Amino acid sequence: MASHAIEVKNLYKIFGPRGRDFVDQVKAGLGKTELNEKHGHVLGLQDINISMPAGGVMVVMGLSGSGKSTLIRHINRLIDPTAGEVLYDGVDVCKMSENDLREFRRHKTAMVFQKFALLPHRTIIENTVYGLEIQGVPEAESRKRAQGWIERVGLKGFENHYPNQLSGGMQQRVGLARALTNDADILLMDEAYSALDPLIRVDMQTVLLDLQKELKKTVVFITHDLDEALRLGDKIAILRDGKVIQQGTGQEIVLKPADEYITAFVKEVNRGRVINVETIMKPLSGNAEGMPITIGTVLESAARMMTVASLNVAHVVDANGKPVGSLDLGTIISAMVTPIGHQLQAA
Amino acid sequence: MAICSYLPDLLCKFPAIDETTIRMARKSVDDGFKALVREYVNIIDALVQPLQWFLNYLERLFVNSPWIIILALMVAVVYYGSRDIRITIGTIVSMLLIGLVGLWNDTMVTLAMVTVCTFIAIIVGLPIGILMARSERAQSIINPILDVMQTMPSFVYLIPVVMIFGIGKVPGLIAVVIYAVPPMIRLTNLGIRLVDKEVLEAADAFGSSPWQRLKNVQMPLALPTIMAGINQTIMMSLAMVVVASMVGVGGLGRNVLQAINNQFFTVGFFNGFALVAIAIIFDRTSQAYGKRLQKHSEVIHG
Repeated sequence: MASHAIEVKNLYKIFGPRGRDFVDQVKAGLGKTELNEKHGHVLGLQDINISMPAGGVMVVMGLSGSGKSTLIRHINRLIDPTAGEVLYDGVDVCKMSENDLREFRRHKTAMVFQKFALLPHRTIIENTVYGLEIQGVPEAESRKRAQGWIERVGLKGFENHYPNQLSGGMQQRVGLARALTNDADILLMDEAYSALDPLIRVDMQTVLLDLQKELKKTVVFITHDLDEALRLGDKIAILRDGKVIQQGTGQEIVLKPADEYITAFVKEVNRGRVINVETIMKPLSGNAEGMPITIGTVLESAARMMTVASLNVAHVVDANGKPVGSLDLGTIISAMVTPIGHQLQAA
Repeated sequence: MAICSYLPDLLCKFPAIDETTIRMARKSVDDGFKALVREYVNIIDALVQPLQWFLNYLERLFVNSPWIIILALMVAVVYYGSRDIRITIGTIVSMLLIGLVGLWNDTMVTLAMVTVCTFIAIIVGLPIGILMARSERAQSIINPILDVMQTMPSFVYLIPVVMIFGIGKVPGLIAVVIYAVPPMIRLTNLGIRLVDKEVLEAADAFGSSPWQRLKNVQMPLALPTIMAGINQTIMMSLAMVVVASMVGVGGLGRNVLQAINNQFFTVGFFNGFALVAIAIIFDRTSQAYGKRLQKHSEVIHG
């Protein structure tokens, strides 16, 4: 099954009984605070335009109240938009009939929740088969498929436990197994790892990245943690007050933050793990010197390789081993530390 | 009165509608109602006939079976319901005491009555509770009706019930159900409304139909509260069978009524305690059963 991209176009969400009446005013420039004070309506999302890459991980990042959870709920329409479109494979999810929507949710999407949202009265295996059960897949078949995913997420032996008997990290593995068992193209993860402690979170990120390498689903991942966003995201959109203030790859956001808000965010980021060697390499002048480093290597790994080999210079090679640029340790280090300009802006 | 001489008459003495008008109105309502009942008496009788059969069948079954079989059955139900040896022993002891003082048959009649009442209250209450949980409008209409049902003195609604159904078991049954069904409805409604929103959202996100959502998520998660409702319904039916004896329900209730009329102190207490014993058996068993259903929520990971 080839994955499809999701296109979010001109999406607006205004919470309140007469939300639709205020869309035009918001388009004309009515702000969030004004809308709330004058009309008692809350502006959830405004003018969201994101194209989420097929078979890639799209991270939507923002602090609480930025509208990120509202946005992800528009993709499977747990929340109805006030205006705008969510296109999947050319079909507008927002215009689907109730039946089509149910079929879409059953077969095309699967969701993982921040607080796990497992059924407390069902065992792990019964929770995992839930998606297939409501699709009407025969029990033997769905159990077999669920068993496979339970083992993949490392919960073998816990099939007959109840969710309450597991730790948070394990419960979220169940949440992930439940979503994967559905075998849907779109995987929606709403702050899926935010409730987990840091070590387990990194562990779960690795699980997701490993799975994604072979599954190539269209993943939409919501988080408030920039490190998590940079680690997972093929593309990142940053939300603030219901607006997208920047979108692009992790490198683009770290190297060219769109405004002071994002600058303040990226200040604390470990740049060495985000920026790739080809971003800072200099054009090849003369012969390729030093050791070869493949395109796509992050600065930290490059620096480690060079220090281990006691070399100050290296050259960057493409996938076929052809030299394309040169590097030296000084350039790497100056790229890894946060530029002074950013420090001042953020302060 | 002195003040009245300074006030117009209208403000001093309450201007009630005059008595002849009221009497006329009362008479026409009463007569109209009676005529209506006379008109449809056959249909009403036919409608409640299955109830009558069911009630009679169960009563005969309970009364005519040898006591040892009934006791064995009760012990089995109590034990498998509660898995508690103390409740089981308590059941045996109290049932034997009831038999010893010669109240076995009356107790069986009451037991049959309460069983049918509870059964009907669940069948009626559950769907109404679900409806209330699904619609704000239904809730705003049904809530005041429940308030009336719970506060209206039961003797008052016995009047129309007797007018419609006459004297006998069925009117008693209906009076008991009216009295006992509100907690069932209220707690079903409450239980469903208290279901975790996140879990419901998850059920929606996986594409559950409304029926799948109700069956897989709302009902199981509301079950502890619904069990509390069933428990309350049983307790209230037991309390009400005494009042229902005024319209012809037999069993322990009738003995109590006779004891009141004749000032038989001991008879009253024997029958009263027999009711208490049944109430406690039902209560402990249904509560222990409800708790056992929730076993999955007990073991919390540290």
